[in-house]
Amino acid sequence: MIPAIRVRQVTKSFSGLQALAGIDLEIGQGEFFGLLGPNGAGKTTLISALAGLIRADGGTLEVMGHDVRTDYRNARRKLGVVPQELVFDPFFTVRETLRIQSGYFGIRNNDAWIDEILSNLDLADRADASMRALSGGMKRRVLVAQALVHRPPVIILDEPTAGVDVELRQTLWRFVRRLNEDGHTIVLTTHYLEEAENFCARIAMLKAGRVVALDSTPNLLRRFSAHTVRLRLQGDAALPAGVAGQVERKGSYWSLPLDRYDDLEPILARVRAAGCLIEELEIVKPDLEDVFVKVMNQGGQP
Amino acid sequence: MTGFTTLLYKELLRFWKVGFQTVAAPVLTAMLYLLIFSHVLENRVQVYETVSYTAFLVPGLIMMSMLQNAFANSSSSLIQSKVMGSIVFVLLPPISYTAFFAAYVIAALMRGLAVGLGVLLVTLCFTSLEFVEPLWIMAFAILGGAIMGTLGVLAGLWAEKFDHLAAFQNFLIMPLTFLSGVFYSIHSLPVFWQQVSRYNPIFYLIDGFRHGFFGLSDVSPWQSLAVACSCQIVLSAITLRLLHSGYRLRA
Ligand SMILES: Nc1ncnc2c1ncn2[C@@H]1O[C@H](COP(=O)(O)OP(=O)(O)O)[C@@H](O)[C@H]1O
Ligand SMILES: [Mg+2]
Repeated sequence: MIPAIRVRQVTKSFSGLQALAGIDLEIGQGEFFGLLGPNGAGKTTLISALAGLIRADGGTLEVMGHDVRTDYRNARRKLGVVPQELVFDPFFTVRETLRIQSGYFGIRNNDAWIDEILSNLDLADRADASMRALSGGMKRRVLVAQALVHRPPVIILDEPTAGVDVELRQTLWRFVRRLNEDGHTIVLTTHYLEEAENFCARIAMLKAGRVVALDSTPNLLRRFSAHTVRLRLQGDAALPAGVAGQVERKGSYWSLPLDRYDDLEPILARVRAAGCLIEELEIVKPDLEDVFVKVMNQGGQP
Repeated sequence: MTGFTTLLYKELLRFWKVGFQTVAAPVLTAMLYLLIFSHVLENRVQVYETVSYTAFLVPGLIMMSMLQNAFANSSSSLIQSKVMGSIVFVLLPPISYTAFFAAYVIAALMRGLAVGLGVLLVTLCFTSLEFVEPLWIMAFAILGGAIMGTLGVLAGLWAEKFDHLAAFQNFLIMPLTFLSGVFYSIHSLPVFWQQVSRYNPIFYLIDGFRHGFFGLSDVSPWQSLAVACSCQIVLSAITLRLLHSGYRLRA
């Protein structure tokens, strides 16, 4: 199957500053993919290159098998982009904005789909409001709606939830999830790592224009951050030596890395064999934030 | 094709929604020029024997208004959407650069024609005009609007902020339009300035346009037509080339 997005050896410099330093990336159809990285990592630059908003210096980019330069018409038809910046055209109402956007993609009489988008984004009652009269959150919704008028199979959302209230976040995720279930490929950038962890099945981490980690979310979590067993012994006793490899002490608590759940039993057995009584025990799950911090600090090999 | 017609429709809607500023205001400005200049100069200046000064002035004013507004339309639309970032809505869809060019130029031409028609209708209340050769009138109105619409696209592409555009307007467009024979025949100028005026393309637009009304002009309308067409071809070629290269739109 043709990948939804294929990026090969893409480079881009802005007056000397290398924003993309040779990106390789393949995202399959139907994936829910996360593109993470600190500010300035090159996420928006990569998205802009895919959308044809900027031209890469080197390498090739394809959307659903269409080269974004030589076959830009088809590439753009297959792609919907929600830009990071909150931009809008102040002259028009919400509905006019969406009709015009449909027209740009060659679609007339798109009202049925426009209404469906509006209702899914809780925008239906603002359809005839002027864009300039909308709050920031509402403008953000319209921006999402604009990216969807042409039913693109591939949808890229560039920090859609930055500075957005909880309600919109929930509305948005519900809708985006549904689109994904209907077969749309979703690519997401966000600084909220728990969002990425919850929704994205696969994640790429960018740093200084390079992919420094690329794997399925569970693999990333496993690879860079194990589960931990946190326990406290009766009488705040010390943990007998040899119970586990790396042990960390925090106050009266002990943290032991746990690579697999199966390892728990031997640990417990050893503790018991040493005559200690466990008073408290919890298994702490790894989270993406740990992974992110580790990957960014070590500079990381993919 | 729908992409092009939608972009054209959007550009037309954009100025039409604020028609008070984009059409009514320039018509009023032209009226003020007409009232003041014709009042002051009516009995002092006679350009052609058979034509009153006021009648002489009207085609010049109409053309000047058309030119300035055609330029203002495409240039301000572009710079505004560039500065506000809403240009992405046009850059993300599969709209070809030729469609992009045509939509902006035609919308600018339409605004020019709307303003020109407005000025014409209002001036008809003050003075009677002849329309000796209407084909020339139409040809120069369309060419003038297209040339300035194209120049507006060029300026809008080049400018990165409103200041740049204001400079373009103040140091190029205004001098060219005022030094083009709107208010006088270039034959009334000293020889040196007559020579200079002949390098001003806008002079030919106004002279040819005026020929359509009175059948009288400083140079042959065919010469003016040749100059205007050459201008449009050169400007279009440059603008299309820049659009094709993504100049200041797709970095
Ligand atoms: N148009 C531009 N001109 C100059 N530098 C830019 C431009 N766009 C991005 N950059 C630079 O490229 C780098 C990557 O930026 P960006 O892709 O926006 O990062 P991210 O979206 O990951 O925060 C940054 O250092 C940024 O300053
Ligand atoms: Mg960004």
